[in-house]
Amino acid sequence: MQISNLTVRYGAIEAIRDVTFTAMPSRITAVLGANGAGKTTLLRTISGLVQPASGSIVIEGVELIGRATDDIARLGVGHVPEGRGVIAEFTVEENLRLGAMAFDIDLAAGLDEQYQQFPVLGERRKQYASTLSGGERQMLAMARALIAQPRLLLLDEPSLGLAPLVAAELMTTIRELCATKNLSVLLVEQNAKGALRIADDAVVLSVGRVVANGSAAEVASDDQLRQYYLGLVQ
Amino acid sequence: MGAFFTSRIVSDILIGAAQGVLVGLIALSLVLIWQSTHVLNFAQGAMAMFAAFCGMTMLEHGLNYWVCVLISLVAAMLLGGVTERVLVRPLYGKAEINSIVVMVGFLGILESGASSIWSGMARQLTSPLSQTYFTLGSKTLYLSPFSLFQIGSALTLMLGVAALFRFTKIGLQLRASALAPEVSRLLGVRVSRMLTLGWIISSAVGAFAAIIIATSGSGLFPSNMDGFFVFGFIAAAIGGLESPGGAILAGLLIGIIQTFVADYLSPSWVAFTPVLILVLSQLVRPAGIFTKNTTRRL
Repeated sequence: MQISNLTVRYGAIEAIRDVTFTAMPSRITAVLGANGAGKTTLLRTISGLVQPASGSIVIEGVELIGRATDDIARLGVGHVPEGRGVIAEFTVEENLRLGAMAFDIDLAAGLDEQYQQFPVLGERRKQYASTLSGGERQMLAMARALIAQPRLLLLDEPSLGLAPLVAAELMTTIRELCATKNLSVLLVEQNAKGALRIADDAVVLSVGRVVANGSAAEVASDDQLRQYYLGLVQ
Repeated sequence: MGAFFTSRIVSDILIGAAQGVLVGLIALSLVLIWQSTHVLNFAQGAMAMFAAFCGMTMLEHGLNYWVCVLISLVAAMLLGGVTERVLVRPLYGKAEINSIVVMVGFLGILESGASSIWSGMARQLTSPLSQTYFTLGSKTLYLSPFSLFQIGSALTLMLGVAALFRFTKIGLQLRASALAPEVSRLLGVRVSRMLTLGWIISSAVGAFAAIIIATSGSGLFPSNMDGFFVFGFIAAAIGGLESPGGAILAGLLIGIIQTFVADYLSPSWVAFTPVLILVLSQLVRPAGIFTKNTTRRL
């Protein structure tokens, strides 16, 4: 995915300013930054929920700007939003069926695959999502996006609100999924340490601008950059 | 056995059920729109009347009753779809008072428009089924072939809608689009189509009720769906705005209790009874008798 000169405005405020970077296929790209850096806005723009003032987002030769959100999803972009977005009034299985609905896939095989990947969802398939724990909801949100077999997965703060151990397990699962499914992941995280542990590449945003773009190892070892994603400098 | 079926209590239940399913159908149509778009459609009764009049006009041109019913349903679906696209869609995301004002205005337009086109006089459809009550020996069973059709078709419609929402792909997408439109879009669901479809189905259900009213009672005139709308709204609130089955059952309950009140107390209390049931039910279960959630989005 190539993002070029992307600028997003909310009225007079520029939430994203001239952002340019490339997320490589089958790799995890962490997007780091303090609160208000523009991370969530970036993902929402990729999914078509927010229209940019200018710029371009191209995936496998297809321009996403100007397309409707449901069209972008059908192009193979899965998005697990901040707060997970599971439908509490639906059962686990209904949430998963909904995730598969717009796609030409074998539903039974898709469900089996997700229940193998996340066994707790199989055990709770008839339960309402409202009864799940935070970690289980996160797994459900991810499984619901994965059942559609996306090529690019956008994850917005997946570890938010999870116990440290659960968050660490989740990060490991994301790493495994990327490796086994040939999946590209754009991972927005405030838990920079956890994200950099599993990411291949990293982009650091500060007040809507890209201040660093390189390998995760390089970003992790740069003390000055740490000041940006911890919000100590802007 | 015959004495039981012709007893005063069973008679009241049968008469009340025939009236109650009509209230239930209007309630169901309100719930469907609420479920799909979270809009309370104050013009629901007027839209049903207008669509029914379209079909009834065709009857005057010599068409068969059932063809006219079909024309009314198609007119209702068109009216529902166009209303959602043109009037309601620009209001999504805005304050709820906006949609209330627009739909009340639309109610006025439809009723005055119908009066201009078809006059304000009551118009009646001649039933293809007999409306004469069956008899058991020398006693009357307060059930006719038409009231059997009326009750049976309403319950079938309720089961059909419940099955559509519960067991089909479209139903799942309709529910998801109403509950979480943004998430549904992220999953590739064509949310705008689903919202229109919700209005189309709902309008057809409402128009079916209007046709039955035009056939069974003293006819249909431009404003006589207003009363059904009020009772239908009360039934929807009692059953739970999220529960299609609850809406029909609450409508049935209202019809039956009203008949008992008219028979055992006084006909002058009939209009007051649904309001009393609503107040009592809200005290016990504010979210509605058949709603799972304990909180309701208003």
